[in-house]
Amino acid sequence: MYDFAYHKPASVADAVKLLGADGEAKPLAGGQTLIPTLKQRLARPTAVVDLGAIKDLAGISVAGGKVTIGAMTKHADVAASADVKKALPALAALAGGIGDPAVRHRGTIGGSIANNDPAADYPAACLALGATIKTNKREIAADDFFRGMFETALDAGELIVSVSFPVAEKAAYMKFDQPASRYALVGVFVAKTAGGVRVAVTGAAASVFRWKEAEAALSKSFAAASLDGVKASASGLNSDIHGSAEYRAHLIGVMAKRAVAAA
Amino acid sequence: MGAEGIGAAVRRKEDFRFLTGRGNYTDDINRPGQTHAYFLRSQVAHATIGKIDTSKAAKAPGVVAIFTGADFAADGKGGLPCGWLVKNKDGSPMQEPPHPVLAQGKVRHVGDPIAVVIAETREQAKDAAELIDVQLTELPVVGTMADAVKPGAAKIHDGGNVCYDWHIGDKDACEAAFKKAFKVAKLDLVNNRLIPNAMEPRAAIGDFDRATGEYTLYTTSQNPHVIRLLMGAFVLQIPESRLRVVAPDVGGGFGSKIFHYAEEATVTWASAKVGRPIKWTCDRAESFMSDAHGRDHVSHAEMAMDKDGKFLALRVKTDANMGAYLSTFAPAVPTYLYATLLAGVYTTPVVYAEVRALFTNTVPVDAYRGAGRPEATFLLERLVDNCAAEMGMDRVEIRKRNFIPSDAFPYQTPVALQYDSGDYQATLASALKISDWAGFEARRAEAKKRGKLRGIGISTYLEACGIAPSAVVGSLGARAGLYECANIRVHPTGSVTVFTGCHSHGQGHETTYAQLVADRLGISIDQIEVSHGDTNKIPFGMGTYGSRSLAVGGTAIVKALDKIVDKAKKIAAHLLEASPADIELKDGKFVVAGTDKAKAFGEISLAAYVPHNYPIDTVEPGLEETAFYDPKNFTFPGGCHICEVEIDPDTGVTKVVKFTAVDDVGRVVNPMIVEGQVHGGLAQGIGQALLETCVYDGNGQLRSGSYMDYTMPRADDLPSFDVATQSTLCTHNPLGVKGVGEVGAIGSPPAVINAVVDALRETGVRHIDMPATPAKIWALLNSGRRAAAE
Repeated sequence: MYDFAYHKPASVADAVKLLGADGEAKPLAGGQTLIPTLKQRLARPTAVVDLGAIKDLAGISVAGGKVTIGAMTKHADVAASADVKKALPALAALAGGIGDPAVRHRGTIGGSIANNDPAADYPAACLALGATIKTNKREIAADDFFRGMFETALDAGELIVSVSFPVAEKAAYMKFDQPASRYALVGVFVAKTAGGVRVAVTGAAASVFRWKEAEAALSKSFAAASLDGVKASASGLNSDIHGSAEYRAHLIGVMAKRAVAAA
Repeated sequence: MGAEGIGAAVRRKEDFRFLTGRGNYTDDINRPGQTHAYFLRSQVAHATIGKIDTSKAAKAPGVVAIFTGADFAADGKGGLPCGWLVKNKDGSPMQEPPHPVLAQGKVRHVGDPIAVVIAETREQAKDAAELIDVQLTELPVVGTMADAVKPGAAKIHDGGNVCYDWHIGDKDACEAAFKKAFKVAKLDLVNNRLIPNAMEPRAAIGDFDRATGEYTLYTTSQNPHVIRLLMGAFVLQIPESRLRVVAPDVGGGFGSKIFHYAEEATVTWASAKVGRPIKWTCDRAESFMSDAHGRDHVSHAEMAMDKDGKFLALRVKTDANMGAYLSTFAPAVPTYLYATLLAGVYTTPVVYAEVRALFTNTVPVDAYRGAGRPEATFLLERLVDNCAAEMGMDRVEIRKRNFIPSDAFPYQTPVALQYDSGDYQATLASALKISDWAGFEARRAEAKKRGKLRGIGISTYLEACGIAPSAVVGSLGARAGLYECANIRVHPTGSVTVFTGCHSHGQGHETTYAQLVADRLGISIDQIEVSHGDTNKIPFGMGTYGSRSLAVGGTAIVKALDKIVDKAKKIAAHLLEASPADIELKDGKFVVAGTDKAKAFGEISLAAYVPHNYPIDTVEPGLEETAFYDPKNFTFPGGCHICEVEIDPDTGVTKVVKFTAVDDVGRVVNPMIVEGQVHGGLAQGIGQALLETCVYDGNGQLRSGSYMDYTMPRADDLPSFDVATQSTLCTHNPLGVKGVGEVGAIGSPPAVINAVVDALRETGVRHIDMPATPAKIWALLNSGRRAAAE
């Protein structure tokens, strides 16, 4: 990797100040993408601002029908949390299926959604559950947050503080692994919440998206059979050596049904 | 068999150091004053090289030196040699283009090394490499074998893109047999290209000693003497007496660490230039584009049969990818290690095979676990299933009907090999029983209730290993003999060091070889150390590959033990005042036959080194012997693999739910190690069948260039294996051993694919190329469904 300055601020305010002062600085929130990128010399930040010492950013609370997870909470902690397992078991299961144990003990929810990898798991949960992403400046609805491949609504220097997930009546996440990387080739999160049925798809396209046809069908009856004959369009989906757009479209249907059955 | 002798499942002596992190690998070695090398590699697949400007890079912090191909050439050093000459159909030699250590004039694949930067640290070398300005003029890319032979294709080498066009067998007899055929089964198939991926990436340290003028190369090699010979004699012109090659602990090879690589020659040569040791350690991404790849065949095969389903003749046409340059053994793999195996376990009287080897703008392709034999086995065992389908016969029955009978050995095939022993009915019967073949249809029906497509597949394979009789391979174009050497040093108090030319990099030689000695001398394996991997310690050796270590290297040990025992008997006879003819070696004691007069092994060894009471007029002091052993023939392991899969028709995912392997590996020295070798081979064979594949795009860029896209088999991809041995003994080596290193990778891929095709048969699927990925199966199922609906 190239040389860079390293900062480890103790507060969000200090972190924001460091990032604001240097447009080429990068926040480090677990580093499961950033560190490999640096090692491969694919990024050359002037500074890395490690958020790992900011105590306020980590933690889980369940209150008022919401599960709120601090941005620097590790996947393993979400997966193991008795509170999350009780309130939103689908979210705990999703966190427990991210990467491998090493990744789950370094990677964080804030890092994952700020990066918005097209094949990341958490964005599907955020979108399907209608989560609210709280930053140092504002609150952003998940529907407005994920903008495109590795693109989010975050401004330069804006940091995620926490993510709030409304508790769902029923929810489940089903992931079809890309065989080599075991990222989601297709991952589908279905949720039946007070706000209605939402279906979010990750892995299949440039960014996580909602499958509105499935939502409409499931709104009538939240049962796998409701999706019979509902086909996801292959248009705009990814195609690579692991699967064509048509295959991904097909898997969206299969994973959605399995998720509904499991919810 | 003693508790630690031949046949005992003793725990591996080497595992303590490996499991406690005390192994000593090349990258663990650091020499005083060591510098670090980084190779600037081509990012494009085919280009001419213009000016290389290293002036900026040379001034970068920490840089010690920068070398390019021009520097290498100016020093009068050679290119990387190829160890095997294959001839064209007309008898002319193959095209053998130069293989520069560092590119000269052109780059021919992504990863082709252009320059090396030597710096105080690896990071500094990397930083400086980015400052080298290389003017490249891109040329049209020959990405695939189909591209290579297109009219007007860009020429990778001056002689074009064909390396050789070779054949074996009787073409006329083959044509005649096909004319008489009752039915003909046909098959087009691809043997997918693989990237070896040993756990330890390659590494090398060149260390020139200015005081003595001696060179030392520490390297990740399966055969340090071969590297010394190739690099010393052909590349750098260093006499063996001044070149030491050390291969310390090596973390897996699978063939990819047989070959002499550019980085080894570069660091050795450059260490003299800069007067300091130079270390190079490959990173994983770099290994994807610089280690020799494996397999990569495209074939058409046809089998002629009579009305009883007896095979009359086999006709095969294969194109084999050599990559951009000829790696050390590359030409031999799709010829003498492939086409000679096409008779398999069958009495097919006529076989005719044509093989074209082609250059492409890809990484060189060479031997990978099985090397040619998996390709032959996959083709034959897939084709035999098609033969059964063509004849409307049972897959097992057609195999039985065509097996070479167990009383027909030695059996001469129509493609050069003479099998010494085997019993294919026996391995088949055992595998059918263990796998409960007969009960399969009930399991299929039960799976169907769960919505799963269950299939069963069989492969009755044979391979040739224990390479090789030197005169035979010499007549086939090998430029080296393939014997092996062992030196046994008995120390004064009776402990023993075995020096072997067969390097161990996962195979467990330190245990298996010790068992051979323990068995013979009647001493504990704790008293026996096995030393390998250092050309300054071991007289000579051809190394470890082709499942040869026991059949050839082990036999050399046996031959050296014969000499030790012979000499020890003479010493014992003197001490016991008897005739050497009356001395017997029993349970570690030399006994006068029919008496209780005896001397322990340690007493004899002490007498040999402290010869106060000694037959000094007729016997030299000391107890150390060396033997070279050249095998009389190849060995021929074989057996039967049976695979059961379940396919999820919704996703196309295949799960291997049951796998049975019954192998004839000859005499088994350590059953635990044999089982482990089979497990590893099966993992790689199932990996090839279902998961692994190397993909290049049309520009010669590696799309499967990391673990993000290259699917290695993981534990949860594999079932618990049912492994057994059912052995006949090799008739031409004293141990009766055949070899086990490759059988798993050779026998399993067709068993897996035959099972997948069986599972999909009712949907109309007749073939699927490896790897049978979920996406591929889904696409086949989907087209099948569409076809059914139309």
